[in-house]
Amino acid sequence: MSDNLLSLKNVSKEYSGNRVLKDINIELKKGEILALIGENGAGKSTLMNILFGMPVIHSTGGYEGKIEIDGKEVNIKSPHDAMEHGIGMVHQEFMLIPGFSITENIKLNREITKPNVVSKVLGKRLESLDVKNMNDDARKALDVLEMDIDEYLPVAGLPVGHMQFIEIAREIDKKGIKILVFDEPTAVLAEAEAKNLLDAIRKLAKKGIGIIFISHRLDEIIDVADKVTVMRDGEHVATKDVKDTNKFEIAQLMVGRKISIERTDSDNKNVSDETILDIKDLKVSMPGERVKGINLEIKKGEIVGIGGLAGQGKLGVANGLMGIYPATGEVVFNGKKLQLNNPMASIESGLAFVSEDRKGVGLLLDESIEGNIVFSAMQVRNDFLNMVGPFRFKDSKKIRKHAKEMIKDLDIRCTSPLQNAGRLSGGNQQKVCVARALTLNPTLLLVSEPTRGIDIGAKKLVLDLLKKLNKDYGMTIVMTSSELAELRSISDRIVIVCEGKVEGVLPPDAPDADFGLMMSGSRHNAEGSEA
Amino acid sequence: MMVEVKENKSINFKELISKIGLPTLIIGTFWIILLITGGFLGISTMTLLSDTIKRAGMNGILVLAMVPSIQSGTGPNFALPIGIICGLFAVVLSIEFGFTGASWLFVSIALSIVFAVILGYLYGKLLNAVKGSEMTIATYTGFSISAFMCLAWLMIPFTSPKMGWFMGKGLRETVQLDGIGAAQILSDFWKFTIGGEGGLIIPTGMIIMFLLCCAVVWLYFRSKSGIAISAGGINPRFAQASGININRNRIKANILSTVLGAIGIIVYSQGYGYAQLYNAPLMMAFPAVAAILIGGATATRAKVSHVIIGTIIFQGLLTTALPVANQLFAGTDLSEILRMVIQNGIILYALTQVKGGGK
Repeated sequence: MSDNLLSLKNVSKEYSGNRVLKDINIELKKGEILALIGENGAGKSTLMNILFGMPVIHSTGGYEGKIEIDGKEVNIKSPHDAMEHGIGMVHQEFMLIPGFSITENIKLNREITKPNVVSKVLGKRLESLDVKNMNDDARKALDVLEMDIDEYLPVAGLPVGHMQFIEIAREIDKKGIKILVFDEPTAVLAEAEAKNLLDAIRKLAKKGIGIIFISHRLDEIIDVADKVTVMRDGEHVATKDVKDTNKFEIAQLMVGRKISIERTDSDNKNVSDETILDIKDLKVSMPGERVKGINLEIKKGEIVGIGGLAGQGKLGVANGLMGIYPATGEVVFNGKKLQLNNPMASIESGLAFVSEDRKGVGLLLDESIEGNIVFSAMQVRNDFLNMVGPFRFKDSKKIRKHAKEMIKDLDIRCTSPLQNAGRLSGGNQQKVCVARALTLNPTLLLVSEPTRGIDIGAKKLVLDLLKKLNKDYGMTIVMTSSELAELRSISDRIVIVCEGKVEGVLPPDAPDADFGLMMSGSRHNAEGSEA
Repeated sequence: MMVEVKENKSINFKELISKIGLPTLIIGTFWIILLITGGFLGISTMTLLSDTIKRAGMNGILVLAMVPSIQSGTGPNFALPIGIICGLFAVVLSIEFGFTGASWLFVSIALSIVFAVILGYLYGKLLNAVKGSEMTIATYTGFSISAFMCLAWLMIPFTSPKMGWFMGKGLRETVQLDGIGAAQILSDFWKFTIGGEGGLIIPTGMIIMFLLCCAVVWLYFRSKSGIAISAGGINPRFAQASGININRNRIKANILSTVLGAIGIIVYSQGYGYAQLYNAPLMMAFPAVAAILIGGATATRAKVSHVIIGTIIFQGLLTTALPVANQLFAGTDLSEILRMVIQNGIILYALTQVKGGGK
């Protein structure tokens, strides 16, 4: 029992009645590398927030269960406590000050000082820096990582891989560091840099530091970790020794069967052979969802799902097509070349978009429901306008009539078409977004994260609505979602996007392991090893 | 068939306050208290109200100029002096050309619109280059152009004896408009008095002009172009996703705002009887901003109704406070201090309500 460096016992967490973590048990020994894997929303971040005593945990009622370090129960109330207990973290986005030197960054707020004349009078905070000792310490930390880089260089301008190492150097320079958490450390690194990093992690483990390694790259996990813990929907699915398992099993465990919305009909769909949307080498620079060259053909009348993990670029596709983020590439829609980077042209050509950012891009929250519904059609198609001489005024009567029809057809629960969109529930807001898109009479509907942040009942309504639009009106739908279950429930085929590219296309009833492998980008190697 | 429209008729006290707005309510109540106090002190309520209407008519269009800029997301138009200077320049120019009376009014307005469109366009371009700190930039743009024009009024070789100093070059600080038969030209149009001598004076022409401008702005924000401007102001990303060119809309709105400022100062000058040059435009944006904010507008949302309510309450307070305070505290300058406190206090309050440091 005592050789456990860290053990989490039955840790649970609730956010306002919503259980996001259920009885998580994790054990970490000295010098061990534990990989933590799970889809987005599986609870990895929440678990780490608990471990670091982040304020968000304590301001929402704390957690249940026990955390033990070296066999003693500890109560971590703040990030400072976590540091005292020897827990360190290497962040995904670098928390470094570009203008400072490497030493200064490593020693930030832990500077070594020596007294001077002023400080003798005015106190310790005004002591001068002992630059030599600081540099020596930094050197030591860098040497552990075998970094032959001068410690007095400024951080600005260093390659990304080096910055990551400086973060690590900062953590290991802290006295008594016992546990180090890496949060998707290789996500932003090139292959060679990632390899160096994994070597460094092994080295640190040899020095007796316990390592928690969060990643979704299965190959890396198999490569570096001793144990792997799989989480799904806030539950602890399994912990396995890496040598006893393989990436297929991990992928399967990660995705799992959690279909809550059953698929009713995959039968007699009349998808034509006609290509309605042909995307060639689409690149979109959407921050955090970069698309790095996607090729995709979409047939008329089908529902195509786009899936993948967060940050891999799946959301960038629709945003790029709609001209919301800068895009390059060649897109042919409905036989005509689509002009990119021009939202007006996209809408005019017959595309409509329900954004993943409902409150940001999707709605005018302080505007009436009817104002929201007709806005785009009014601006782009000159619908709902009265001409008075050269001026165009809104046609309130026509707007009201249309809004009422939409409210009835889509079953938007509201007190009146004049109610502010911001006061509706999430599901009804989503329906208003869909109504606005439908008012444009689109040939192809792009829907991103249609069920994000809405409750399960409303989810089904929204999905049913999409299915109905497809079935009754033959509308082609491209749905992007992080929820695989939801993609599988209505799509005809599912495109998995990984690292900004199409990783593969799967039928909705493909086995879990295939989805898991594709989402973590390990399919190519997997095929190789299978043969 | 139809969705049932349920209207909640019971509005409780709290909702009423949030609907009218706390500042509007406090300042409005304060004004009424002052009016009543004035009545007890023997100041003619009718005179106070007449003055209020006159001043509201004079200032109304300047306040209205805030609506387009606020709606477009560039915040209150602190650069109102740009529009004012366009108006004043047109006034001076049409006097120089020898126009008098009604023809002076029409020529001034026509010229001022031309200048205001050009300068408003340039100013809009400037604002697009400094997104996020529009209000600060606007304030200093207004100050700069006022200072620049102090030079211009001196240097431009006008020759009309009605505007020059008796000695030396340059224009006078104030140009009298009765010299060209244009003082109160709008105010006196169809003017009538309710309740005989000492009753309520209604400057019909000026009020019609104000309401006409209000109607134009109100209609404009119900047009396709106006709706697009508002949407861009509330949620730029939403508007962009619908294919709207936000930068162009911001320029459009600021042109409109500058034009209203220009027309506003002409109406103001004729009501006052003088065109004030040099440093006079410097601070004129602040009372206009304060008025619309008192009317219930925020730094991000404004309606024509806010303009009307705000102008009446704010100007009412100013015209009433002066004589009442003079009676109560004879020999002090309290009313002027009060005006500064209220005006700047209201602006400060409203600016603290802006979330996230502007759009």
